Amino acid sequence: MKSVKIALTVLVLAIWGIAGCEREIISRSSEFEALNPANADSGARFWKPVLLASPDEFPVANPIAVTSADYKLEMLEIKSWQNKMTQAERDQMNYWSAGVVLRWNEIMRELVAKYNLPPYQNEDGTYPIPNSANPLAYPFFPFSNPPYAARAYAYLSVAQYDALIASSHYKATFKRARPAVTDVSIKQLIPATADFAYPCEEAVAAGASAAILTLMFPGEQDFIQQKLTECKNYRIMAGVNVRSDVDAGVALGKSVASKFIARARTDRAGKAVGTPADWANLEAKCAATGETPWISQESPKRPPMLPLFGKTLGFLLDTNMVVASRPAGPPSTKSEQFKKELDEVLWYSEHPTRERMRITHFWGDGVATYTPPGHWNAIACEDFVKLRYSEVRWARNLALLNMSMFDAAICCWDTKYAYFNPRPSQVNSKIKTLTGLPNFPAFSSGHSTFSGAASIILGHINPGRANDYDAMAKEASLSRLYGAIHYRSDIEVGMQMGQNIGLKAIERAKTDGAE
Amino acid sequence: MKRHLPILLLILAFTKTSFAQTDTDGLMMAKRNLCGGFIYGYTNWSQYWEGTALRKNENIGTFSSHSVMAMANYGITDRFNVIAMAPWISNKVSAGTLIGQSGIQDLSVLVKYQFLSRTILGMDVSAIGLFGGSLPLTNYVADYLPLSLGLQSKNGFGRILVDAQKGNWYGTASAQYIVRSNTRIDRTAYYTTEMIYSNQVALPDVFTYNIRAGWRKDADLIVEMVYDQMNTLGGFDMRKNEMPFLSNTMNASRIGINCKLPIPSTNGLSFMGSAMTTLAGRNMGKANMFTAGFVYQAMFHPKESK
Repeated sequence: MKSVKIALTVLVLAIWGIAGCEREIISRSSEFEALNPANADSGARFWKPVLLASPDEFPVANPIAVTSADYKLEMLEIKSWQNKMTQAERDQMNYWSAGVVLRWNEIMRELVAKYNLPPYQNEDGTYPIPNSANPLAYPFFPFSNPPYAARAYAYLSVAQYDALIASSHYKATFKRARPAVTDVSIKQLIPATADFAYPCEEAVAAGASAAILTLMFPGEQDFIQQKLTECKNYRIMAGVNVRSDVDAGVALGKSVASKFIARARTDRAGKAVGTPADWANLEAKCAATGETPWISQESPKRPPMLPLFGKTLGFLLDTNMVVASRPAGPPSTKSEQFKKELDEVLWYSEHPTRERMRITHFWGDGVATYTPPGHWNAIACEDFVKLRYSEVRWARNLALLNMSMFDAAICCWDTKYAYFNPRPSQVNSKIKTLTGLPNFPAFSSGHSTFSGAASIILGHINPGRANDYDAMAKEASLSRLYGAIHYRSDIEVGMQMGQNIGLKAIERAKTDGAE
Repeated sequence: MKRHLPILLLILAFTKTSFAQTDTDGLMMAKRNLCGGFIYGYTNWSQYWEGTALRKNENIGTFSSHSVMAMANYGITDRFNVIAMAPWISNKVSAGTLIGQSGIQDLSVLVKYQFLSRTILGMDVSAIGLFGGSLPLTNYVADYLPLSLGLQSKNGFGRILVDAQKGNWYGTASAQYIVRSNTRIDRTAYYTTEMIYSNQVALPDVFTYNIRAGWRKDADLIVEMVYDQMNTLGGFDMRKNEMPFLSNTMNASRIGINCKLPIPSTNGLSFMGSAMTTLAGRNMGKANMFTAGFVYQAMFHPKESK
């Protein structure tokens, strides 16, 4: 009797113990070590920028002399900070020391996830459109859906890249030594490259990043400004830069970003939402071909996502190239092939396995996530931290990745709205989906296009993982069929289109001077 | 005594029993009595609280859940009972395209110990402690709310219960604390109010209290009103048009009726039924819940035990 009581009590206690112990969450991004580049890439001033005409397109003022009284005051700032550093400041320093390009990429991912919510309908069943001039009024601007996110990541990475090339040029021009070289009593609390200090390259990247983030997420200015301040201060606290290094860096970064901001304002993405006339026209055009046009499966019916995004100006392909690379259309909705593919989707809908659900959810990247381009940025960054790139190489590699995925979004959206074909569950209401049904036409699959592009360029950057990236891309692509939201031809054509874009990025990579 | 444990496990595994003496009432199963049964449950809602705002969602329509709960309660002594239960659940929504989910959810095992029983001011008063835990029995998908069967966490819970009866009238009040383990999801990163790069999700603990009052005759005939309050201790709100997430704040205030009626000339078979409705909530459905089932109470022959 007693032993039963004891046994039961022990059992319950064991469950309590398990429940109580498994409670700590360690975010992988908090475990990245301080960046200590294997190679400073001081030759980056000769690399080919994307938008800048030359690395010295924007001027940087001459630094004050290291023998001046003002400079000595700046050295004092380091010392006084190091003497009274709080734990919170030390934590911030350690956080940023993993790499500035990396951390701003993560901040972008976080904001994409935060703003990736489709607006709620109006009383009359129409939907409000987010307004960049009034970002904090509902519906909040932006709705950072996958095309919006692909573009935002691209502008961030490319602006960082161009800004760091400019930074490399000026560092070699002014040759200002690090504070610890000028005054041996200064402690360097984090690793620093052995090259020059002015302008601070981390601040250059930060200034560019903050400007692009403010453009893309105008409702987050306070948050972005706070991150920028932290990012400036950690350089000084760590004793690797003085304030004038950092201030000049932020100013240069902002100047370079201004060129990207001007481009973003005229890249036609702002008109991608279209008008009710555009939406009606897409449906009429498809119906005129005798095919079944796409209809929103949401209730109330939501206008299709960014139907004119295919006209946006990307970085790798021009608009003519986008149209020229458009694949032949999906199987006719009246064809045997279509019926066969529809039946295959129905089969996956009716036979979900736990493993296919895992794959569907792992790659889902839907509402309130950082989107598929964000997922590939996360995959890339977790690999890059092991490769100990310099900041400028970090930016260059992420720029190649994100230019690819921005163009993937453009080509994919061009294709979707050229054919405007229905989702499987529109044609057969027996098809239930394992994940949220995207509100735009099926052909071709966005996940497949993004993943094809990302896996090819990442395989070039990090050849040791090329097979893994390829396997991940295939799984991501199949996840959309498993989820019963795409036909097989969507995912196969999307993958091929994405891979072709990845090859374009490799062409650029081979000639940008970094290899 | 030990010889009964396999029998108990057998009942758990193969029969789906429901039980008379539950984790929220003040009744104890007598020594060597076993009560088991199945209880069918139906829950539905067509409105839910998104944060604190009550809304409809035309892409969900009406959420409905059918379940069959297998339960068993065994009296190790008159004052020390063990209760086990496990449900099979099937969830679906009437609108939109999302696929429904069904399967076996979590096993709960708890011990119920009556540590005080005396007459105070002419009332029979008892105080009971309940202590238990639950474990997922299958690898169901948790990160698929509102359709997922459960949250895949391992829970430990403790409840203190006070029951007072005068004549046939009685009242019961209890409060419970639930410790919840992290749960693992199929994604490797997720956003709550910040981005977290992990496949582990921390769930806030839960505090509940439950008040019931009614009329009962022995432990066979019971008619009572119930009020139940559940609060997560932490969590975050769904934003406008956001899907629910496992670590949301989840609060609910519910009220309802509950009964147990003996079935004549069956020598131990009873009907149990309940109806509850949700008065207020946060990040949860405004649910109506009904249960109906039969429980059978059997006494083991004294010779069978040591």
